[in-house]
Amino acid sequence: MRDKRRTDLIALAALVCTVVVLLLANRYLDDYKIRIINLSGIYVTLGLSMNLINGFTGLFSLGHAGFMAVGAYTVALLTMPIPMKEMNFFFQPIVPWLANVEVGFLPALLAAGLISAFLGVLIGAPVLRLRDDYLAIATLGFAEIIRVVFTNTQSLTNGALGLKGIPNYTNTWWSWGVAFFTIWFVSFLIRGSYGKAFMAIREDEVAAEAMGINLFKHKVLSFAFASFFAGIAGGLLASLLGTIDPNMFRITLTFNILLIVVLGGLGRIAGTVVAAVIVTVMMEALRFLDESINLGFIQLKGIPGMRMVVFSIILILVVLLRKEGLFTRLKGRESSYAEN
Amino acid sequence: MKRIGLALLVLILACSSWVGLAFAQPIKIGVFEPMTGPSAAGGEMTVEGIELAWEIKPEVLGRPVEIIVVDNKSDKVEAANAVSRLIERDQVVAIIGSYGSSLSMAAGDIVKQKQIPAVGCSPTNPLVTLNNDYYFRVCFIDPFQGTVMASYAVNELGAKTAAVIQDVTQDYSVGLAKYFIDAFRKLTGNPNSIVEISSYNTGDQDFTAQLTNVKNKNPDVIFAPGNYGESALLIRQARDLGIDVPFLGGDTWEAPEFLSIGGEAVEGAVFSTHFTAEAPVTAESGYFLDAYRQKYGKEANAFAALGYDAYMVILDVIEKVGSADPQAIRDGLAEVKGFVGATGVISLDENGDAVKSAVINKVENGRFVYLTTVEPEF
Amino acid sequence: MGNLSLFLQHLTNGISLGSLYALIAIGYTMVYGILRLINFAHGDIFMLGVYLTYFGILYTAIPWWLMFIIGPALTGVVGLLLERVAYKPLRDSPRITILISAIGASFLLQNLGIVLFGGRPRAFPVPHILNHVVKVRGVSINVITFIIPVVTILLLIGLNYFITKTKTGMAMRALSRDYETASLMGIDINRIISVTFFMGSFLAAVGGIMWGARYPQLMPLMGVMPGLKSFIAAVVGGIGNIAGAVAGGFLLGLGEIMLVALLPRLTGYRDAFAFVVLIIILLFKPAGLMGSTQTEKV
Repeated sequence: MRDKRRTDLIALAALVCTVVVLLLANRYLDDYKIRIINLSGIYVTLGLSMNLINGFTGLFSLGHAGFMAVGAYTVALLTMPIPMKEMNFFFQPIVPWLANVEVGFLPALLAAGLISAFLGVLIGAPVLRLRDDYLAIATLGFAEIIRVVFTNTQSLTNGALGLKGIPNYTNTWWSWGVAFFTIWFVSFLIRGSYGKAFMAIREDEVAAEAMGINLFKHKVLSFAFASFFAGIAGGLLASLLGTIDPNMFRITLTFNILLIVVLGGLGRIAGTVVAAVIVTVMMEALRFLDESINLGFIQLKGIPGMRMVVFSIILILVVLLRKEGLFTRLKGRESSYAEN
Repeated sequence: MKRIGLALLVLILACSSWVGLAFAQPIKIGVFEPMTGPSAAGGEMTVEGIELAWEIKPEVLGRPVEIIVVDNKSDKVEAANAVSRLIERDQVVAIIGSYGSSLSMAAGDIVKQKQIPAVGCSPTNPLVTLNNDYYFRVCFIDPFQGTVMASYAVNELGAKTAAVIQDVTQDYSVGLAKYFIDAFRKLTGNPNSIVEISSYNTGDQDFTAQLTNVKNKNPDVIFAPGNYGESALLIRQARDLGIDVPFLGGDTWEAPEFLSIGGEAVEGAVFSTHFTAEAPVTAESGYFLDAYRQKYGKEANAFAALGYDAYMVILDVIEKVGSADPQAIRDGLAEVKGFVGATGVISLDENGDAVKSAVINKVENGRFVYLTTVEPEF
Repeated sequence: MGNLSLFLQHLTNGISLGSLYALIAIGYTMVYGILRLINFAHGDIFMLGVYLTYFGILYTAIPWWLMFIIGPALTGVVGLLLERVAYKPLRDSPRITILISAIGASFLLQNLGIVLFGGRPRAFPVPHILNHVVKVRGVSINVITFIIPVVTILLLIGLNYFITKTKTGMAMRALSRDYETASLMGIDINRIISVTFFMGSFLAAVGGIMWGARYPQLMPLMGVMPGLKSFIAAVVGGIGNIAGAVAGGFLLGLGEIMLVALLPRLTGYRDAFAFVVLIIILLFKPAGLMGSTQTEKV
């Protein structure tokens, strides 16, 4: 119990610190840095949502890009001003039931989350009984199917033309507010009986079932929560960028999130948060790897693509050498990933 | 005496360095282009043109110009980051980019908010400049290009029917296809003149099923706008299947890979583009062509030419308005009329889109050969 | 074009595409049979194989037919090294970690491809005898369409001989049946797994070369889609089962073509087709069409 109170205190302190940092950041930092802070918040949400299913429940899902796409399109189509919709859909008019809808950001975000979660249940119910690698491919397949469908449904998504003029509601309060809600929710979930059940499933499915855990219910639930947050994060991203198109939501996007989850440690909350921020910042900071470097006496030609090589190598090294992630002490207190 | 001389020398040195500093304060122009990822080829070609332009005209208003190139990785999020970084960290006064309309659109909101003018080289999606006073482009847009090819098909080739094969994941391809179809139906006066519309995805390599369907409909021409790689493969497979009608396409085909991958199969393929190395449209194009050949040892392409023009038009505006203030540059860009560039005479209309002539090229003996120039309708 | 010849043309196209899927699926299925691991990097090994062969043909004096053997052999060595570095240390770890490592390896190969070979596509120098068209009663067939099945059959015969007649092959089968017992029987597991990876990558490269001959466009990301689809083919046929992989490949190729042929309005959805098939198969017949617990796994 004391342990719990200590964790709560730390969490509160972290919350206060972040609020102060955000206040200062909004006051003193330029828009470029604010953008990175926003992205970090969104990636925290994404990382945690993927960790919930991949790390805590032990189900290897690669469908995040698809759920983000659903969320992003929901927010875009719900928040976009009506005249802007007309302007966007100059090829084929938008479906009538969406043409005159314009709602606020919060209801749109909630809708994004709920629709994603609903789709998550719909997809998860049949495929979640598959084992690791099959599940990975099946979820990857679903993400691809969503992308292909969005590309082809002109009157709903404007197809490959994409959408522009999505109102920029996302700011640091939204992105980090959602991030903190996600952190709170995932910790809450993990501490409770659901979390225990998730982790039991991860450690040993057969034993978990023998103990009376309803495998199906818990797997689908975990998947639905993950999809919910992925959808919301997708919505935040759409509103941050102001424009989306189906090609954004490729497997590379899922890979970025996976990188965060692995670096932070499977089944680690704090680690994921730290990893999300660091990876987002590093993606920008490591730009110099792609650019030419001027050493004064010699001009080294930059090698485009070097950044992703470095990230892939880091991913493999972490998996090989530090399975518990980069930012966790070896003797973790909670939910360490058991060696079996 | 010696001392005074020394002091004088120091003074002169200090003065000159101070003066030099004041003059050396560079005008920064940002470039965001895809240097990696699926669109890397286009980005690379464009940047070559921009760098050439900068070498030819490295200063304006007596101040040196600095170009800062950032990679947007062919990714929307990265494109937005890249532009934000150019504006905030590098304090650029104008931005050039990007190949790929969706990447340009990712920058749209930022340049609008920050009031920094941006000039696109080759994004042809009408949405790019729509409702954005800070986005301009030196290329024509999809509606014009699609229409040009339809009228070429009907008037020059005497086509009565056409089939369209589009890359459904590319806004560019979908856009061109749409305007081609509209214009073709109008010109032939026959709503059924488009006998088949087929789709594929970027990265597909097998088109035999779509082509077999098309062959069965026996069209007079096939319009197949898309990436040069996929298009070259597509035409190759069409010839294998015994389809011998002309293939028509858009500006993306103008790449050496279109010829090397397509081989003999792409002989006779006709496409609209911004520019030709064969028949210089303006005096500036001849100059550009020579300079390009000298610097890179190969023939120039449309994307390099558009990159060149984007840079030149910005510098021209800075010179005219006599200021490197972003707002002044924007206002100057909105006024551009009859700018003589390498790709033709450019006027920017009320949307910020270039109104200019299109060139039609044909592949002959493994080379792009100039056919004709199509003037825009005013 | 008559209806019959139209149908025959579609059929030919389907067989041509299917035989390529089949060829690549064999490598997938082999590695899976031994290690129960989806080698996510298989498609990228495939890409590497084509590029190595391409550079060999272009920059060395080695004739192309010899390069068609040296290229895959080199690729086999890369595959072997990949297993040593990225998979072997994780052999006893949870499967999720080894999968992540495989995905990491896949991204590493793709991005190394971009860095080393450049992002722009290259034209594969196809020897004319491999790529020209013959016409049979109004149906156009590329000769490569005949060559691919021949290569596939030759490889299958060779593979079959290797697996049933050689010591190493028998050790492989033992390993795929029962990993633990096989190691107790004194089988050098590391060596057998290395051989498996070498052969799997060799097959991927051969598939890649055939792919390059049919679709002569080389790109660093060219392995992704063929890789995924061949994997689906292997699953459809029953993963771990070589004959199943071949059947699955043909089924998938034919299915993709016939979708476009019969439902031309859905051409834009073609890429989703394979995944829909995969999910349906996994749900209703997870062991695949030809797979059952009793079939011989290689």
